[in-house]
Amino acid sequence: MRTPLARVRGLGSAKTGTHEFWLQRVTAIAAIPLTIAGLVLVISLTGRSYPGVRQILASPLVAVLLMLFVIALTTHMRIGVQIVIEDYIYDKNQKFTLLILNTFFAWTIGLACIFAILKISFGV
Amino acid sequence: MTEARAPIQRPLSPHLQIYRITLSMAMSGVHRITGLALCAGMVMLTWWLLAAAAGQNAYGTFEGFAASWIGRLILFGFTWALLHHLLGGLRHLIWDLGIGTEGEEREWFIRANIIGSIVATVLLWGLLMIFGLR
Repeated sequence: MRTPLARVRGLGSAKTGTHEFWLQRVTAIAAIPLTIAGLVLVISLTGRSYPGVRQILASPLVAVLLMLFVIALTTHMRIGVQIVIEDYIYDKNQKFTLLILNTFFAWTIGLACIFAILKISFGV
Repeated sequence: MTEARAPIQRPLSPHLQIYRITLSMAMSGVHRITGLALCAGMVMLTWWLLAAAAGQNAYGTFEGFAASWIGRLILFGFTWALLHHLLGGLRHLIWDLGIGTEGEEREWFIRANIIGSIVATVLLWGLLMIFGLR
């Protein structure tokens, strides 16, 4: 007689299947046009004064594209760095600490960027 | 009571050191390294947006850093890492479809990735110069 815990200990998958594998590719596909749009934005902002930069960032099309860019990239970044941590860090304490910090980092960056874009857009 | 058992010792597959280094293998590593660098570089993007949201003074501080030699170096490196990772990602997506994974074609994709990222970075900074970096 074996308990479910005994059966799964030290073997078996985390049962999340291919969700993150697929999400990594979806965010990669999204990132291609969004990055190109981002580079065009950077070129168009170069050399502009502060009010000019704010005005462009506040336009709905730029703001929405920029937020999509941030969502796609921070999701892609979180999964990508997680894979690297899982591949190279064997010590369990170190691994889980880094995995949690990675998640915190991605969410902090993502939320800060979106907050900034919204604040600029709403002009407050 | 269950007794604590030692973790099962499973055979490990041979790692990097026993393989002959190939360009595609090195590029796999570069894809990961540029990914990690971009993750760190996102801090600069966040700083830029927060500074723009905060006001003239904060934006001036960011501009000052971005215009310094270290700022320029980070931004130039970020641009190259971004374009390299972008083209590398495109290459991986194409390979995921099962296209171009054999011999000559595969090597072509690898070279296109390296040369393309450098050319695109230089072109982009050329455009930035024309549009007047401040």
